[in-house]
Amino acid sequence: MSIAAPGLGVAQAGSRRWRKPPFIADPRLRYAIYAGLLIYLVIGIGSVNFNWDRMIAGLDRGVAFVSAFLTPDFTSRWTDISKGLLESLTMTLIATVFGVILSIPVALGAARNIAPWPIYAFCRSIIAVSRAFQEVVIAIVFVAMFGFGPFAGAMTLAFATIGFLGKLLAEDIEDIDRSQVEAVRATGGSWFQLLNYAIQPQVAPRFIGLCIYRLDINFRESAVIGIVGAGGIGATLNTALSRYEYDSAAAILLAIIVIVFIAEYSSGYIRRKFL
Amino acid sequence: MLQIEGLTMRYPTGDLALDNVDLTVERGQVIALIGPSGAGKSTLIRCVNRLVEPTAGAIRLNGTDIVSMGRANLRRTRRRLGMIFQEYALVERLSVMENVLSGRLGYVGFWRSFLRHYPQSDIDEAFRLLERVGLDHMVDKRADALSGGQRQRVGIARALMQSPDILLVDEPTASLDPKTSRQIMRLITGLCRERGLGAIINIHDVPLAMQFVGRIVGLRAGEIVYDGPPSGLDDQRLTDIYGEEDWSGTRARDGDEDSDEAEVQTNAARKVVSAVDLPEMKKVAAS
Repeated sequence: MSIAAPGLGVAQAGSRRWRKPPFIADPRLRYAIYAGLLIYLVIGIGSVNFNWDRMIAGLDRGVAFVSAFLTPDFTSRWTDISKGLLESLTMTLIATVFGVILSIPVALGAARNIAPWPIYAFCRSIIAVSRAFQEVVIAIVFVAMFGFGPFAGAMTLAFATIGFLGKLLAEDIEDIDRSQVEAVRATGGSWFQLLNYAIQPQVAPRFIGLCIYRLDINFRESAVIGIVGAGGIGATLNTALSRYEYDSAAAILLAIIVIVFIAEYSSGYIRRKFL
Repeated sequence: MLQIEGLTMRYPTGDLALDNVDLTVERGQVIALIGPSGAGKSTLIRCVNRLVEPTAGAIRLNGTDIVSMGRANLRRTRRRLGMIFQEYALVERLSVMENVLSGRLGYVGFWRSFLRHYPQSDIDEAFRLLERVGLDHMVDKRADALSGGQRQRVGIARALMQSPDILLVDEPTASLDPKTSRQIMRLITGLCRERGLGAIINIHDVPLAMQFVGRIVGLRAGEIVYDGPPSGLDDQRLTDIYGEEDWSGTRARDGDEDSDEAEVQTNAARKVVSAVDLPEMKKVAAS
């Protein structure tokens, strides 16, 4: 049944009424879904148990944390902080460069319009594996494999970059204007010339944007994976927090924020240059 | 020079786009391929350079069959088949010069093309062609900064850079205004005459085809239903090709030549016009 236009009967002669057809045609099903969602929401809210005592107890620590932000201490742990930041930046840059280099062939293979079936399936599965695991999970595995330190971190970020960039770049390649590809093929160009002349110019601005965005993400992730032992500023942050040195932790967080801001603004500038 | 024999193309969906088509293009002969949308015009010229793989038949360029060729040979043969596209199909983010030089991709190695380090003879030829189509002042403009007519001129220069034997032209004027359409048709047919090139020009605009081209081939539902001079294209023939319609006025249109010439921008372009305005064209246009 898909009668979904109330008032159809009252249409005057000569003027036909029109209403946008609803997404779910059957009204019974539609209202059943609405009701189901509402019930789920109510039960869901009910199932979250707020522990007020715990929250009040934690409030003190929260206040201490926030007030430490007002008095960040850059000096007493400065050598650790600067070393951590430098390590993170190095890790980020190396991971991004290698991740990008590795992701390009994966992306080419994962674009349905230029890759044959077996290669497509293979590259898509690489992307799926890379994307299936959160950075922290991969970091734990790599720390177990390679030991504590920034090497495991760089490996983690490079691996995650392949999935991210491979997927988004492949989708961008699948969206390119086919006629430009056809035109270059018609000149008798080889496959590599086709890449260089017909595909690269079409995807270059977005590719550069994605690389800078991933650099940004990798830096932020480096702070997180450091907590599980993969080196960098995250390790420093973890140490500061476990020593209850909130003022130093605040200094670290502020440093991260400043660097992310710099990355944000410079990426906007670079992308405008390339578009 | 180009012989198409028994060319049949059936799409995987089961649609028969071309049904046993025979067509021969002599050296230096320009053909206009007309017919309703979906008649198989685009498929036909795409089969010639195998952007579309034909189902059956033979296509011989100077005696060599294209359909049975391996990939390396096909690439070499594609160099001799210049193609001009409906929506220009320029690489938008490359410059005019890069687009024109891309016509040489089949001749130069990967690294040369990658570094844009083309042989000087290619660069000389590119400048000559750009001057010929009246765009030598826009060499380093990006293709997406050009107007429709200018883009099509770049597309023409790119096709000619291949030093082709034959041009495959797919609706060259479909996205252009009537005046620019005439200029582009005049340019294409003029260049073909200068260089002794054959051409198959797919075109929707019947009067335009009749004005510029000496041999018209009508395609309907994948079959050739007319092959002859524009003068033979009477109401009955048009009905054969397109179906029943009131055809009065279709063949009577002529001459916005005067206004054309007044606004041609550069001297180079002016030369083009005068080179192409030959008496027999006038005759065709008037008939």
